[in-house]
Amino acid sequence: MGHSEEYQKLEGKIFTKSFFILLSIVLLGFYFVGVRYVKGIGAVSNMSDGYPWGIWITYDVATGTAIACGGYAVAILVYIRNRMQYHPMIRSAILTSMFGYGLAGFSVMVDLGRPWNAYNFFIPSKWQANSAMFEVALCVMAYSTVLILEFLPAILTSIEKSKWDRMNAIRNWLHPKIAPDKKTMEDKLEMVRLGAAWLNPRLNKVLIFFIVLGITLPTMHQSSLGSLLLIASTKLHPLWHTGFLPLLFLLNCVFIGYSIAILESIISSYSFKRPYEIEELSGLAGLIPFVTVIWLTVVIGDLSYRGQIHAALKGDFYSGWFMTEFLLVACGSLILFVKKCRRSARWLFISASMIVLGGALYRFNVYLIGFNPGQGWKYFPSFAEVMITVGIVALEILGYKVFVALFPVLPNMDLHGAHKKKGHAKKHKGGAAEKLPQTEAHAH
Amino acid sequence: MKKTSRRDFLKLAGATGAGLLACGTGNALANEGLQVNNDELGMLYDATKCVGCKACMSACKRVNSDYGSLSYEKAKFDEDGLWDAPSDLSGSTRTLIKLFKESEKRWSYVKYSCMHCQKPSCVSVCPVSAMTKEKVSGIVDYNKNTCIGCRYCQIACPYNIPKFQWEKAVPQIVKCDLCKATNLREKGITACAETCPAGAIKFGKRKDLLEEAHQRLKDAPDKYVAHVYGEHEGGGTNHLYLASMPFNKLGLPEIKPEAPAEFSEKIQHTIYKGFIAPVALYSTLCFIAVKNMKKHQGHDDDHKKGGK
Ligand code: SF4
Ligand code: SF4
Ligand code: SF4
Repeated sequence: MGHSEEYQKLEGKIFTKSFFILLSIVLLGFYFVGVRYVKGIGAVSNMSDGYPWGIWITYDVATGTAIACGGYAVAILVYIRNRMQYHPMIRSAILTSMFGYGLAGFSVMVDLGRPWNAYNFFIPSKWQANSAMFEVALCVMAYSTVLILEFLPAILTSIEKSKWDRMNAIRNWLHPKIAPDKKTMEDKLEMVRLGAAWLNPRLNKVLIFFIVLGITLPTMHQSSLGSLLLIASTKLHPLWHTGFLPLLFLLNCVFIGYSIAILESIISSYSFKRPYEIEELSGLAGLIPFVTVIWLTVVIGDLSYRGQIHAALKGDFYSGWFMTEFLLVACGSLILFVKKCRRSARWLFISASMIVLGGALYRFNVYLIGFNPGQGWKYFPSFAEVMITVGIVALEILGYKVFVALFPVLPNMDLHGAHKKKGHAKKHKGGAAEKLPQTEAHAH
Repeated sequence: MKKTSRRDFLKLAGATGAGLLACGTGNALANEGLQVNNDELGMLYDATKCVGCKACMSACKRVNSDYGSLSYEKAKFDEDGLWDAPSDLSGSTRTLIKLFKESEKRWSYVKYSCMHCQKPSCVSVCPVSAMTKEKVSGIVDYNKNTCIGCRYCQIACPYNIPKFQWEKAVPQIVKCDLCKATNLREKGITACAETCPAGAIKFGKRKDLLEEAHQRLKDAPDKYVAHVYGEHEGGGTNHLYLASMPFNKLGLPEIKPEAPAEFSEKIQHTIYKGFIAPVALYSTLCFIAVKNMKKHQGHDDDHKKGGK
């Protein structure tokens, strides 16, 4: 059984109506990015010296990377908890993570005031290991690289198999003027294909060490995203300022990660008109309450330890946001305790959405809503600021749609569902994968 | 098989959790790390002596304008643009005098600028060492050639001191550096202290300033609130204050004696000490993952043999 047959490309056109709608949102966002570089951050955003971090950091980085933790959460499940039956979900989860982290990196470059100095991260004498941000930055950069490596087999496989139809079409279209003639082009492409065939099995052999790195790095930087706000002891509301911030952020990204993997699978099944992967999803859903219950317990335990329970129940602005966050996660998890709900796509969708919303709201609360630099400061994102963020999200969705059509990412439907029991042997790939591509390489 | 792996997972999660727990509670213990260095340079501002002439503000801009691009600021009411009238510290203003009126009869001036903390939060958080604290002088300095403009120092500073030039395409952080490269180097004293006609700003070593401050409190106890602001706030600051009104009314935040940076660094260090935890995590995970893969491979072969 081959590595690649576990996944398939999505048949169909790339340039649909939704493609162009997304594209125009992206372009609008990028227009404002242009304005920001010419006129300064103040020209497009409502950030101020009191609120130096707006939604770019809060959403794109702190929340966006948590939402991009599907790859992380599913990798833990498959490789650490040894549930290989979830393996078919991993590529799409990794793809989402890749876009999520890549674009978080991009929005950091938009947000940084002096991005041309960012090379200092690579100069050891400038390292400042006390800074949680230093840790986050290095880990995120490393993890983005690892994600690309993790996704590489999908690209290599499709290069190996490619007949270069699209490439040839483009060449034919360009031919008379700029493109090389057919023969040289074919030779070159053949070289690329052989290169891919050579690299793929070798990469597969060491891939597991990158995958584990891809589990370690998010564990580190997701908790450090919580550590970032530890220092703001006078500015962050006591409902959220606690020494447990790192642990809470870590748990938070795990349950968001599983929920997002569920949502992503349901949404793509729905919009690409594929059957729901109920079997896998209900198994995943059964895990979420374990993590949320730990999270909720730490939240309550910590509040009572610090004598802040009254602040949570006070009924003011802060307690309102706290309660919303808390109840969304708690109620979403309650639904998942019911076995029947775990087997219904509708209920799975509802509960996973609630948990993602609640988990994301927690991060908003820590970074923005519960953050109060003192009297006189206010922050609400400007239109341009929101459009840049929306543009980035649109780019993520756009990239996802293009990639699932170009590369084998989604679970193969023939293998799936129908012969679950027998499929067991077919689905392990760790061992088989090492053998197969080599035979393929021989054949060429 | 499934059960053991779940246990492994929970054990792992438990271990990270326990590590974090330990440092959460460990923090309740005494705040040992911080050593106060009283030989560092600082200033003592006595609000009861200040007459609000703002000579210190303009001296600051005159002396440091090139260095920090401290342009003059026009207030909304000032249509002709004749005065420099900043309403708060900003990307063009490092120090500021404000007037706080409690009633017609009770009011006080107050000067804002960087407090030059003993354990500065801004230095603790800066990812690329653009904020630094000089070993001997204790000056908290900023280097725009290193700064990436992440503005984490703004989030971290409990006094809201570092300001960012929001309106510029090539912005920088602006804050007081005790005239380190300008007046202090040339004349051995900060521009504001040199200029003040009322003797409201005293420049010197922290220990002398503290002594002087306590002497003034002793000599005229009715005149002052019996507290030297900055002596213990946030682990101590080198910019010290005396005033006749409660300091929080003057817009100076109430801050516990522990430095916020001590709290956060302790947790960060507990997690990353010697990089042991991440490496241990990585090797444990590798061990589990490789074992799982092997097991599957074995399974796979069994199946194949069985099939044939
Ligand atoms: S007052 Fe703020 S900017 Fe100045 S040294 Fe302290 S933390 Fe840094
Ligand atoms: S804005 Fe500059 S000085 Fe402030 S923390 Fe970031 S890099 Fe350091
Ligand atoms: S120069 Fe002296 S008296 Fe004048 S405002 Fe400044 S501190 Fe006050």
